[in-house]
Amino acid sequence: MRAINEMKLTIKSRSTNEGFARTAVAAFVATLDPTVEEITDIKTAVSEAVTNCVVHGYRESIANIYITAAIYPDNRVVIRIKDKGCGIEDIDKAMEPLYTTCQSGERAGLGFAVMQSLCDKVRVASAPGRGTTVTLTKMISSRGGNDEQHAS
Amino acid sequence: MSVRIYLTEDTMTAYLMGDIDHHCAKGIREEIDETAQRAHPKEMILDFRDVAFMDSSGIGLVMGRYSLMQALGGELKVVNLSGPIKKVMRLAGLDRLCIIENGGTK
Repeated sequence: MRAINEMKLTIKSRSTNEGFARTAVAAFVATLDPTVEEITDIKTAVSEAVTNCVVHGYRESIANIYITAAIYPDNRVVIRIKDKGCGIEDIDKAMEPLYTTCQSGERAGLGFAVMQSLCDKVRVASAPGRGTTVTLTKMISSRGGNDEQHAS
Repeated sequence: MSVRIYLTEDTMTAYLMGDIDHHCAKGIREEIDETAQRAHPKEMILDFRDVAFMDSSGIGLVMGRYSLMQALGGELKVVNLSGPIKKVMRLAGLDRLCIIENGGTK
């Protein structure tokens, strides 16, 4: 299925950009007339993924984060958040709720758990030393009648 | 600043504001901890009424303050959560860890 709309965004891995990234993606998805809850889910999931790039992928050093989002005719939104940072050794372990490499006790280790509960699908591709790509898929309930064929 | 703190004799109330994400959690945390360690309140209230957005950094913020209040021998209360924020908190099981209620006056 071909996307009916797409966006691309490259940002530096500065923590100030976490807010910008989630707001930009939410504004793009807003063209689908989603519910407030759907927009909040997307903002939260994007915020988690971008924070992971800043904190883990690049370990607070400054490099590029690549974000794309695409809207498909069945009201599916696919968002990709990619870094070229350190990568993840053990993806299953990283995705375990409450697992965190952060020693300070200030990070809950729930980033992936939050993404999984707020999105329909979360895919993580990573290789140590090569970086990480997180792909979030979310179905948007069609309110404005963007398309008749709307997956249930 | 994204937090305003009010102290009464035994209670410290922190009104959180705006977006709580990784970027601003650090400043909020430092502000709260500095006051709590000085004042040793019996009760800490985190008031979320003016929080527009929160991701899992907010969960970390609550968990860290829960530990702090345990160490100080006090209690933590989290009040005035909007629907979406409650959703994220529930996911973390924080509703079992500390008192979440909708009361609280400004």
